[in-house]
Amino acid sequence: MQISMTVNGTVRQGDVDPRTLLVHFLRESLDLTGTKIGCDTSQCGACTVHLDGKALKSCTLLAVQADGADVTTIEGLAIDGEHHPMQTSFWENHGLQCGYCTPGMIMAAAAFVNDCPGASEEEIRHSLEGNICRCTGYHNIVKAVKQVADAAGGDS
Amino acid sequence: MSSRIFGSGIKRREDPRLITGEARYTDDIKLPGLLHMAVVRSPYAHANIISVDASAAEAMDGVLAVFTGDDIDLAAIPTAWLIPDSDLKTPEHPALAKGKVRYVGDGVAVVLAEDRYLAQDAADAVMVEYEELPAVVDPEKAAQPGAPQLFDDVENNIAFRWVMGDKEASDAVFADAAVVVSDTIIQQRLLPTAMEPRAAMAQYNPATEELTLWCTSQNPHIHRFIISAVTGIAENKVRVIAPEVGGGFGSKIPCYPDEALVSWAAAKMNRPVKWTETRSENYLITIHGRDHVQHAQMAADQNGKILGVRATVYAGMGGYLSTAAPGIPTILHGLLYVGPYTIPSAYCESIGVMTTTTPTDAYRGAGRPEATFLLERMVDMVANELDMDPVELRRKNLIPKFEDGHEVATSLIYDSGDYPAAFEKALGIAGYAAFREEQAEARQNGRYLGIGVTAYTEMCGLGPSQVAGAVGFQGGLWESAIVRVTPTGKVQALIGASPHGQGSETTLAQIIGDELGFPVEDIEIIHGDTTETPMGWGTYGSRTTPVTGAALAKASRKLKDKAKTLAAHLMEAAVEDIEYADGKFSVKGSPDKFQTIQDVTLMATLAWNLPEGMDPGFEESQFYDPPNFVYPFGTHIAIVEVDSDTGDIDLRRYIAVDDCGPQINPQIVQGQIHGGVVQGVAQALCEGVVYDENGQLLTGSMMDYTLPRADMFPNFELDETVTPSPHHPIGVKGVGETGTIASTPTVYNAVLDALAPFGVSKIDMPMTSFKVWEAIQQSNANGGGA
Repeated sequence: MQISMTVNGTVRQGDVDPRTLLVHFLRESLDLTGTKIGCDTSQCGACTVHLDGKALKSCTLLAVQADGADVTTIEGLAIDGEHHPMQTSFWENHGLQCGYCTPGMIMAAAAFVNDCPGASEEEIRHSLEGNICRCTGYHNIVKAVKQVADAAGGDS
Repeated sequence: MSSRIFGSGIKRREDPRLITGEARYTDDIKLPGLLHMAVVRSPYAHANIISVDASAAEAMDGVLAVFTGDDIDLAAIPTAWLIPDSDLKTPEHPALAKGKVRYVGDGVAVVLAEDRYLAQDAADAVMVEYEELPAVVDPEKAAQPGAPQLFDDVENNIAFRWVMGDKEASDAVFADAAVVVSDTIIQQRLLPTAMEPRAAMAQYNPATEELTLWCTSQNPHIHRFIISAVTGIAENKVRVIAPEVGGGFGSKIPCYPDEALVSWAAAKMNRPVKWTETRSENYLITIHGRDHVQHAQMAADQNGKILGVRATVYAGMGGYLSTAAPGIPTILHGLLYVGPYTIPSAYCESIGVMTTTTPTDAYRGAGRPEATFLLERMVDMVANELDMDPVELRRKNLIPKFEDGHEVATSLIYDSGDYPAAFEKALGIAGYAAFREEQAEARQNGRYLGIGVTAYTEMCGLGPSQVAGAVGFQGGLWESAIVRVTPTGKVQALIGASPHGQGSETTLAQIIGDELGFPVEDIEIIHGDTTETPMGWGTYGSRTTPVTGAALAKASRKLKDKAKTLAAHLMEAAVEDIEYADGKFSVKGSPDKFQTIQDVTLMATLAWNLPEGMDPGFEESQFYDPPNFVYPFGTHIAIVEVDSDTGDIDLRRYIAVDDCGPQINPQIVQGQIHGGVVQGVAQALCEGVVYDENGQLLTGSMMDYTLPRADMFPNFELDETVTPSPHHPIGVKGVGETGTIASTPTVYNAVLDALAPFGVSKIDMPMTSFKVWEAIQQSNANGGGA
């Protein structure tokens, strides 16, 4: 099937088998391998991307369902060539080790803070339920997200 | 005055590629003409293979070939830790099963197809007829006469029987002791779950006869060694590349059939071949950890002086003996039985048993968490028996401070330790005495708080090669490194170890920067490619910082000596008059006269004006074989609250005081501890493999196996003491596994402490809410309730 979607600001087209998952379309057809696959049951969140502005696990969606959508992957998160504040904060706070969960973690956290600026630590820990990290013990991930949430929250 | 780069928590140098999605893991790499491999895996735990019919698969468009165990020409996958004096049997492990399968997931055939989805479709279309045989999953039951036998040549499924210590002497200690406590501890199986599943891709060039294998490896040089042996391709023609690797925790040490199969298939098909496991496949075939049944005992006198510890351990090995498996419940386990205590007698009999389950091998801590849990559990039981405060009992038995060697009953010589200092510091942070008051008051109000305190030491930085040989490890345990400086003064350091998340590209650069004075931004650590890097045995056993770090420090010191000699020559001064600070060589008394390290590097490379006898270039190679292991130590404390109505456990505080010697990068050290603690707490509270009696894995996906999540944890409270290793060039010890080693008994003991009013003295791990609730109900039913 022919599909067309905007990925990281560029219109991309493809001819896919209807059963192709969005994550495989991104990784195999578009060579955007920053989006990872860590499970096959939608638990781990390594494949999280933004679809029309919402964080979404790209293994839970067929590529054809994203036809016409606006998709942002980790490769497109930077703003004018500068790291997104969530990327910067993960780096500054040692919020990653092996890096495999990191793209999905950053995409999920960026969307969460966008929706809930000024979130508390407890809210952040709950918001990360859909993303699994095996290296960091979450401690520094929470710290990284909190730093961005605090900055985004202003005086709230 | 510049601040020292050693000890500075600088941001990691590996992160820019990881936070932008630009890092390349094995499955991210593609080659022209790539074929995809899928493996037909046994749905039975134990069965004879009657027939394989691949005709439907072969007829599918885009499927190139299907091969079974009879078609492939590969030697058996070897076991590489041959523990001595243990009557070790190493049953054959074919890359694809021949005639019989021995666990759910055992490979029966491979399919090669043009596309990933198609390969899996074709694998599903391969019809295999099996004759099911009885399964056995419990290691103790599998060792009894009459149990289903996996191999004709492994009687009663017993692969080895390893003994440490003198049984008669141990029996005498226990016979005479005032107090003996006993328990059967189930160290449940765990799934390592590196977030990146395993993957392998191979390419073979028939003209040059060279094989290149990209794979998820913690030790590409060991993979080269084994792949060469299994495929018959000479080692100099095998290049193994571990690109970005997404965690391992031990599970990427072994050489598995899959890496050998893609290598063979790439040569056979004359096209590159890739295989990437799904997570469900990972849970079936990538090694599991732990799986001990331990019959443990501790003896003490009336005053709480511990006299002896002993255990009989049935260690589940799974359907085949994985690469390092025999060494885990033996050498890396029994030798740790006295921990940080002055225990004069230790005895261990460890029986390695084949079961119709996924093979086990090293998982973070590997043998040492199982020993530390046993020890700390027994210590709390002795305290309970004597009605003594468990903290007081530990205090009474801790080995006093030592700075240069202390031999213990298991024959290990610990390098350095100040256990009481870390112990008291942790208790101070926790506010132990005040907590006991709070606990007593809370109990009056029907709230159940508990505290667990673990003192630990562990053996890591593996290790002296002579010891490796003596204990049957089929390799050395040294590391090597090359420090190469370009004409413009930029450093490339090539190492044989293969970090995969530990931040070694940063910490190792800090070592070189500290020794040589180059800015850390100018230092690249290059690893993970057997053709580019010198030989090394890999990244595991908390060894990369202690062993590779020592090689780099020594290579840097040699370069510094050379630079100093050359600087003296260039400035026409005596070497004794040269001072070195902040990357500058200056002449004593004339600080304006100096040469930077970059100036000297350039002159060494140009070689226009070298002192008599000096070779050109600025590069050093260094092998380092450690004279002893390193022994980090510390004390961990957990405070929990148990909801007696629901059994829910709330981990309220977690305090970790660890001593890994001088910290090169405190931020990275803390990260290692955070991650380790969470893995260890998860063993206590939520993780555990479940097989049914037919050997079916019931926890075969992330939906069924409970991994720890962010909302289970408080912010951790970390602190440290600093006791250098006396034998190490920069005094450092490993810290990759301490969190996992210490945290499981800490939280376990805290939960039982909370449940003390109910008289609950045991709950098999993981301590799920349901099990805790059940234990409380049982206690109430027995009239033992609070």
